[in-house]
Amino acid sequence: MPIEAALDQNATPEAEQPVIEQRPAMGAERPICIAAESLDAYFGAARVVRDVSFAVETGRVTAIIGPSGCGKSTLLRCLNRMHETVPTARVEGEVRFNGRDIYERSVSAISVRRHIGMVFQRPTPFPTMSIRDNVAAGLKILPRDERPSRRDTDGIVETALRRAALWDEVSDRLGASAVALSGGQQQRLCIARALATSPTALLLDEPTASLDPISTQRVEELVYELREQITIIIVTHNMQQAARISDRTAFMLMGELIEYGPTNTIFTAPSDTRTEAYITGRFG
Amino acid sequence: MATTSSTVSAPKKTTGGSPRPYRDALAASTARTLRRRRVTNHVMVGLTYLAAIIATIPLLLILAQLIKRGGASLNWDFFTKMPMPPGETGGGMANAIVGTGILVLIASIIGLPVGIGAGLYLAEQRGSRLATVVRFLSDVLNGLPSIVLGIFAWHMLVRPFRHFSALAGGIALAAMMVPLVTRATEEMIRLVPVSLREAALALGYTKWRTSLSVVLRTALPGIVTGTLVAVARIAGETAPLLFTAFGNNYWSVSPTQPIAALPMQIYNYANTPYDEWVSQAWAGALVLIGLVLVISIAARWATRSRFGFGGD
Repeated sequence: MPIEAALDQNATPEAEQPVIEQRPAMGAERPICIAAESLDAYFGAARVVRDVSFAVETGRVTAIIGPSGCGKSTLLRCLNRMHETVPTARVEGEVRFNGRDIYERSVSAISVRRHIGMVFQRPTPFPTMSIRDNVAAGLKILPRDERPSRRDTDGIVETALRRAALWDEVSDRLGASAVALSGGQQQRLCIARALATSPTALLLDEPTASLDPISTQRVEELVYELREQITIIIVTHNMQQAARISDRTAFMLMGELIEYGPTNTIFTAPSDTRTEAYITGRFG
Repeated sequence: MATTSSTVSAPKKTTGGSPRPYRDALAASTARTLRRRRVTNHVMVGLTYLAAIIATIPLLLILAQLIKRGGASLNWDFFTKMPMPPGETGGGMANAIVGTGILVLIASIIGLPVGIGAGLYLAEQRGSRLATVVRFLSDVLNGLPSIVLGIFAWHMLVRPFRHFSALAGGIALAAMMVPLVTRATEEMIRLVPVSLREAALALGYTKWRTSLSVVLRTALPGIVTGTLVAVARIAGETAPLLFTAFGNNYWSVSPTQPIAALPMQIYNYANTPYDEWVSQAWAGALVLIGLVLVISIAARWATRSRFGFGGD
């Protein structure tokens, strides 16, 4: 239980009430939400993330960019212990979530993932569940004393769908199949599903890679609206996207974190020549 | 080259600004080769049609034969009356129909949980050594002649108790059913995309919960279909029952007593010189096929997808 308490410290206290923090001026120091410390990630013998250290501030949008296969998705998956679900995969180093190492022995991966939500490249609605049940999927599995009642669940589902900007499109067919939605709607449904358990942080793994431009724009607007309420880390191939929606950008290359700083600086005055080469389109 | 390309029916524009090697290749495919390809295509498609038709012919012939020979004996009495002694007209196979139902029920109660559980294990732990061994043994069991299973069941379940029983028959059928259900379950679960599993894990689902409420549920329509194939298979089995359920000319629903079963009754009746019994055997075969059909349709209807996903 101590870990739950530690993890809950910065969690939003009320499930359906998004906590709008007082907005500090841009650039002001903020508490660190997630920090990686000399993180290495392996698939078998292949070291795909090499000695990465970086800290993500609470309530900010952080983008991870880099060419295909540079380890950015793997890095992201290390942050909520999803990496270890792949056979032969392992992690070395530390990831601190609100000051606590999530790879500590006493910490369960389940509780980490409940506090750090994740959305994948392809929409993954559960095909056997209705729209409502999809959003409520993360609530149903909470321990009995934390599980909301049926009516509370309905409220949480609505709030989550509203936050994911999907409510108006599906409010009249919550009992319908989730796979009948369009790709963009499905992806927003997955975001709603991740938001329903009111996580402290949200990891987005190329959430718009399989979407059309209009759906992409909606998801980007969504990320923009969710900032301040929730800490977001987004992996993207699309540099314009990173520039548009993120506060800070990390550039990765061949498993290493090359440069990490304010998005503005990375895109206008990168200090590393490799970053400059990548963002000006000379490779990748 | 100009003359040959003019006879090619392919759109002209593809030859226009194409790179040179491609243009040469296109020129090489003259009208003659094109015609030959078209003919080959037609022949091969025709052959597959032919194969498809031949594949359905046995079933159609069997059905026609069954209806012709057994249709006449098929009446309400056949389902409600007990067998009659030879020479007397009328009578039915009520005991055998109910017996088959009970045997299939016993086999399913034992075979389905074991088979589905084993399939789930094989799919989730596909790489482990134990899974490889289990998969191999399951395939061997699947290939085992059913008469061997029958003798084995007799040795294990009949001889020690000194009498035949429905339970022994049901267990023998379950042993046939388990590898079929295991394989079907494993295949269907493997079709569930990894991304769905990851989505559940990322929501904080435990591994077992992911397996049960996401993976298994998504694969369910397919598993049901596979399970039905297994039920249909064992419903028509005779060999495992010969030394276990044994058959019974009288009404019995007790699991500890010998019990009648349609396939055995068909076998026994067909081997007699009495016309009445032979045509009843045909009718029994027709009922057996009808039973399998009804089970399939009923179960498909029961598991029809709310959302039109899976199944078919």
